[in-house]
Amino acid sequence: MSSTIIITVVSLSLLAFMSAVILYFIAQKFKVFEDPRIDEVQAVLPAANCGGCGFAGCRNFAEALVKAENFDGLLCPVGGAVVMGQAAKLLGKEAPVIEPKVAVLICNGSPEFRPHTSKYDGVPDCRIANTLYIGETDCSYGCLGNNDCERACTFDALHMDPLTGLPVITDDKCTSCGNCVKACPRHIIELRKKARKDRKIYVACSNCDKGGPARRACKVACIACSKCVNVCEFNAITIENNLAYIDASKCTFCRKCVTECPTGSILEINFPPRKPKVEAEAENATINP
Amino acid sequence: MSNLLNVSPSPHEHGQETTRKLMTGVIIALIPAFLASVFYFGYGAIIVTATSVISCMLFEYLIQRFIFKKPVTITDGSAVVTGILLAFNLPSNIPVFIIIIGAFVSIAIAKMTFGGLGNNPFNPALVGRVFMLISFPVQMTSWPVPKGFATGYTDAITGATPLAIVKEGLKNGDTIQQLMAQVPGPAQMFLGKMGGSMGEVAAVALLIGLIYLLVKRIITWHIPVSIIGSMAIFTTILWLINPDKNADPMFHILAGGVLLGAIFMATDYVTSPMNPKTMMIYGCGIGILTVVIRVWGAYPEGVSFAILIMNAFVPLMNAFIKPKRFGEVVKNG
Amino acid sequence: MKTFSTGGVHPPENKLTANCSIQYLPLPQSVAIPVSQHIGTPANIVVNKGDSVKTGQVIAESKGFVSAFIHSSVSGKVNKIDTVIDTSGYRQTAVFIDVEGDEWVDTIDRSEEILTDIKLSSEDIIRKCLQSGIVGMGGATFPSHVKLTVPAGKKCDVLIINGVECEPYLTSDHRLMLERGEEVLIGTTILMKALNVSMALMGIENNKPDAIEHLTRLATGFKGITVYPLKVKYPQGAEKQLIKALINREVPSGRLPLDVNTVVHNVGTAFAVYEAVQKNKPLFERVVTITGKSVAKPGNYVVRTGTPVSKLIDAAGGLPEDTGKIVSGGPMMGKAITNTGVPVVKGTSGIILFPKSESERKSPEPCIRCAKCVSACALNLEPYLLMTLSEKGLFEMAGKERITDCMECGSCSYTCPAGRPLLDYIRLGKATVIKMARERVIKN
Repeated sequence: MSSTIIITVVSLSLLAFMSAVILYFIAQKFKVFEDPRIDEVQAVLPAANCGGCGFAGCRNFAEALVKAENFDGLLCPVGGAVVMGQAAKLLGKEAPVIEPKVAVLICNGSPEFRPHTSKYDGVPDCRIANTLYIGETDCSYGCLGNNDCERACTFDALHMDPLTGLPVITDDKCTSCGNCVKACPRHIIELRKKARKDRKIYVACSNCDKGGPARRACKVACIACSKCVNVCEFNAITIENNLAYIDASKCTFCRKCVTECPTGSILEINFPPRKPKVEAEAENATINP
Repeated sequence: MSNLLNVSPSPHEHGQETTRKLMTGVIIALIPAFLASVFYFGYGAIIVTATSVISCMLFEYLIQRFIFKKPVTITDGSAVVTGILLAFNLPSNIPVFIIIIGAFVSIAIAKMTFGGLGNNPFNPALVGRVFMLISFPVQMTSWPVPKGFATGYTDAITGATPLAIVKEGLKNGDTIQQLMAQVPGPAQMFLGKMGGSMGEVAAVALLIGLIYLLVKRIITWHIPVSIIGSMAIFTTILWLINPDKNADPMFHILAGGVLLGAIFMATDYVTSPMNPKTMMIYGCGIGILTVVIRVWGAYPEGVSFAILIMNAFVPLMNAFIKPKRFGEVVKNG
Repeated sequence: MKTFSTGGVHPPENKLTANCSIQYLPLPQSVAIPVSQHIGTPANIVVNKGDSVKTGQVIAESKGFVSAFIHSSVSGKVNKIDTVIDTSGYRQTAVFIDVEGDEWVDTIDRSEEILTDIKLSSEDIIRKCLQSGIVGMGGATFPSHVKLTVPAGKKCDVLIINGVECEPYLTSDHRLMLERGEEVLIGTTILMKALNVSMALMGIENNKPDAIEHLTRLATGFKGITVYPLKVKYPQGAEKQLIKALINREVPSGRLPLDVNTVVHNVGTAFAVYEAVQKNKPLFERVVTITGKSVAKPGNYVVRTGTPVSKLIDAAGGLPEDTGKIVSGGPMMGKAITNTGVPVVKGTSGIILFPKSESERKSPEPCIRCAKCVSACALNLEPYLLMTLSEKGLFEMAGKERITDCMECGSCSYTCPAGRPLLDYIRLGKATVIKMARERVIKN
């Protein structure tokens, strides 16, 4: 009886040892050299694997950083300046200047402003609705409300508001990875420069139709009346394709355009309330999330 | 709001077929076999089937309700089908607690762990059956002799199945001719007068079910025909080589669970291949493996194992064997 | 009896209007004529606001080879040039005309007489088709002159006339064959002459025995035209399936019927060609079926292009209370429209009003892998796989599985017992794969 046990133990140990030796030599023979710095760089990356940098995952981005001559065109939007600075230090390169950004929805067409004209009864997928037709409203540029952006967001920063049917972005959680921008088939999410206290002034409309049809489809559409262009002292506003656009790098947050806009398509967000005189107007124009 | 027009992508017309209707069709097709088993094995058959169906539905309900926390879909009938098929693979005198364990394995392990209906790689009823066969070999192989409707649940006289008689006899050195005298003749086997699982004995009832399934277009002919055909060809070859040691093809097809397997188990939608060409290969695989297990294996019966083995190959076959596309340009000419 | 071999489904036919003879729809007060009623480049508008136009006058000119002329369907004043939501589901540029009387361009022969003699040469016929704005009337609206122009190096030995009308509900082609049979056959002869072929086959499904009998009798008077009854099966009216059914040739994947030496035209197109060539009448009206289970007076109407659908619904007894969906085209491939202001265009073969009970989709259940979609696919694709691949964004793989072969007939979604939106995702995948391929071409 005991001899059986001994033979078993010895033979199994021998087998294990032989396997270990074979494994060791094979591992040596097929060893792949990898730059150890890749691991170091990967350690400082956010490990979100969101693809915001344009690479498949953080590992691939780390490889690209190590191989790159300089950091031109390479940016981890999630980690921003901090992470890029750390990576630059590790690799002994110059850290790029990065301005923090945040995703902004360029549409304010809640059912209250943009009445529904049909009912979509297909797969809840914006891409499919977009290839099918104009959407549930008469605006062929605005939000379709089928959650593609919400599904694309890996940081829990974007959720649909059941009342307005529009996505709401939580600025603190948004890492500006750009996944929602890519997911939106109507391209109505923009990455804008982040300002102090998360303040924003922007034209919340993407409608390129002429004033008449745009207004008919949505009460808060930009009708390209150019009043905002005239009132802006800093040349921050331009009109192209029947649509006004405020350049975030030139805007000084004077808020003049907001009161000037006849349709209320320019939104001001995270500002203190205005002085009593204009408060009523501001309330009309502002939809605070 | 309600007077807005609906807009959806084409097609705007939809067929009347639903998952529930298909499952109901399978259940209807199983009724003749159920009646036959009640006729042969008495009310034990009713007890076993009822226990199996109820416990399968209950496990499915509990898992969907409390673990998945998703809408419960037991009304689609797939759990009922699993329950009936599991019962059909059991002897009619098996203790109730074993059935419940089998139903748990079928539903909880073979089906729900993979994500429920549509995702399980192996036929749930067969996984449950094989689990029971390995865990409770005595209870699972004490086959009651068909005595008629009056038979009680536990007092049935048990005997061996024709396949077991042949397997045992061949091991003892008997010839097929001697053994054939001990087993029921083809006509009796066709009607189901032999020992075996509840649902598998009555070939005639199963064939009625097959006709119903084919007429209703619930299944196509490819899988049953390729299983039975490949078995017939393979056993004929063996029989011609050595008629003393190998049973004739008729015996192989009528004995055991070939018909039940070929008609109801192998054709399970979820675990069978997706195109006719692959279905034929899958069917032939099952047929040949069954004969291999019966003739050279340790078990007298091999349909369950053969189907489970071929189930494992289905994803691979789906990925690599493609139907010929319309307008496909043939490479060399 | 002939049919195609792989796949296919049998949706309920519901040909409610098969016995309703063609009537003329009264003229509307105003029309909105979109400048893109065909596949290809939109036409170039040549009228201005305030211009007076006559019926049949060119209002937009063809731009590029794959494009078509657009003619005014009424006489009156151009009110404005604006956008209108058309059957594509999007806003398109359209010419709005206020109707004043019905004054036709002088050159159009408005007599009832049937002209059998074909005076024009092959090139002239093709030019006439271009100038008359003839497009495929089966619904695809591909400009006909392109199909008639056989490129160098290719040849065509047989012309196929598509009288299948495999879509449920629709009867416009059926009625046309019955009531304008002779014109259709002359049109066929004209097409034969343009293509320089001596043989034409006309395929008609045998759920239209009266049309088969009528045309078979008439065809004895025409050289080279044979009528073939076909077994009813959807999608037999698809070009490739019809070719397979009639002459057993398989159009290679990604190629055109011309690659197997044939050209397919719809009976509606043949009729339009007859009118253009013999009567000098451009394409500005067509037969439209207005139908639906709760429609009071379903029927077949000759409708001027640009007429709002509401006008057609009025003629059929008004919009039923329970209407939940309006489809332009057949129920299998047609497009749901958003409102009744959508104009009828050259490709509108029918308007179907679905009651609310039939307009909602089933909520999708899990795939039970029953393989019914695989056996329903007329192109032998694997719809369940294509849907999963494009749902998961694996477009490269979907491309390898030949997602671009899909002709969007809808048989897979129709047959799926779990009510899964197979075609929705396949269509998305197909569009993405085509876009990716185009980008790749541009990059290289």
